[in-house]
Amino acid sequence: MSIPPDDTDITTAGTSSAATRLLGTLAVVGVAWLVAFGLLFSPADRDQRESVRIMYVHVPSAWLAYLAFIVTAGASALYLFRAAHSLVWDRLAGASAEVGVVFMGITLLTGMLWGRLSWGVFWTWDARLTTTAFLFVTYVGYLAVRRLGGTHQQRARRSAAVALLGVLEIPLVHFSVRLWRNLHQESTVARPDGDVKMDGLMLFSLVVGLVAFTLLYVWLVIHRQRALVLEDAAEDHGLEQALSDRRAEAALPGGR
Amino acid sequence: MAPDHSVAGAIPPWRLAWLIALKDLRIEARSRVVVYQVLPFAVIVMVMFGFALDDDGIAQRVAPGLIWLATLFSLLVVVQRSFAVEAADGALDALRVAGVDAVSIFLGKALAMAAQLVVLELVLFVTAVVLYGPRVRPGGLALLVVTWVLATIGLALVGTLYGGLTAGFTGRETLLPLLVLPVVAPVLIGATRAVESALGTTGAAVSEGWPWIGLLTVFAGAFGVGGSLAFGPLIDE
Amino acid sequence: MEDAGFIIGSYVVTFGVIGAYAVAMLTRARRLARRVADEDKPWT
Repeated sequence: MSIPPDDTDITTAGTSSAATRLLGTLAVVGVAWLVAFGLLFSPADRDQRESVRIMYVHVPSAWLAYLAFIVTAGASALYLFRAAHSLVWDRLAGASAEVGVVFMGITLLTGMLWGRLSWGVFWTWDARLTTTAFLFVTYVGYLAVRRLGGTHQQRARRSAAVALLGVLEIPLVHFSVRLWRNLHQESTVARPDGDVKMDGLMLFSLVVGLVAFTLLYVWLVIHRQRALVLEDAAEDHGLEQALSDRRAEAALPGGR
Repeated sequence: MAPDHSVAGAIPPWRLAWLIALKDLRIEARSRVVVYQVLPFAVIVMVMFGFALDDDGIAQRVAPGLIWLATLFSLLVVVQRSFAVEAADGALDALRVAGVDAVSIFLGKALAMAAQLVVLELVLFVTAVVLYGPRVRPGGLALLVVTWVLATIGLALVGTLYGGLTAGFTGRETLLPLLVLPVVAPVLIGATRAVESALGTTGAAVSEGWPWIGLLTVFAGAFGVGGSLAFGPLIDE
Repeated sequence: MEDAGFIIGSYVVTFGVIGAYAVAMLTRARRLARRVADEDKPWT
């Protein structure tokens, strides 16, 4: 175990490998392209005008956040229902949920900025918005459950069960909010999609955004789940270290 | 009391659940924590709502929502209490070691919690009628009672589920609301709308309340089944 | 560009948050990596 010199670039130590360095470079290039196309090259929309540019970061982050939570649910199920109970699945679930929470937070923030420009309000009780907010809070809770403590296997079992209960909860929330809005008032704002006619460059910008965010997601999840391996190992190691320190102390005549 | 170790395996699960519910209710009957602490808390919350919404008619119009909000706050306290009792002497572990399966514990504790919530909600309802003055119309009485029962079952199931998860951990007081409140949002929406229809506080007809009963039924069913499956992994058997 | 504050702000928020998250995570991982033996890092 060698201590890397201080001038080592932050991405070249710790959880990096050749593959993640390549992936990280591609992600940065993708983000640069997204900024160029989203802010400069793509035209303003006829209805939404300039505010459509927010969509190129808002929509991809929303899609990747949903994908991240689907990965979390899938990995939790694999952990729970496979006989091996491999922590690999648990760490993938945890890493994906954390990145998903970050992306969902971005989705909510950029969505509010867009809503203020297009609808004149930061928030509206639309079923999709509300469900998204609940997803965010639910997975913040999931991450808190992961930090409760106990052995790695206990953590994995508990959090997998919580993740699968989230799968039960979210459709119920979505359904109840939809029923509530439909029974009481028509949605007063235009749906954010549907009537948007996309020209070629706008569609291309959206695809660039999707590619950039997918690269970011994969890169972040790989690093995060390696960091979780390190956390688990450091915790185990710390316990062993403490035990051997105690024994060494006890073996010395008259203590230290 | 907790079933005898040697025979726990021979008692049918529903009977074990019933015994656990009786045990919890007996603890409450002797300690009176819910009666002397949670009930007054719930009532003072209703009084505070009255202060916050100081305007003629507003409190009356939103009375159904306030009843269920006060119920949710009280639910958190009742759940803490229900599992503080279990965590204190490792009682939950003792039950598991005795061969009581997780489903029996889950359903038993949920049943006891539902019984306490039913009383609590009745008190809150009467308080709302007294303080805010909504009228009960005879046509809405059936809807009111069905909502009352179904919402309580859903709340008790979810409360027990996440209460079991956080039992025995430091910081459970702060984690429990974060986990429970988003999950019970459908109950808050459904039960509030149903009670609004039953009382007519927002001008809705009684018939508009019945679709919400469907939602509350699905919710209770989903968490009854899902909770029975998840409770074992959650409490670290 | 009209509403430039909102639009550029949303890009700044997006990549600022992701960047801050990535830096925090990598710094922490690097610190942890010093305490963990290489055989616990299958990717190296």
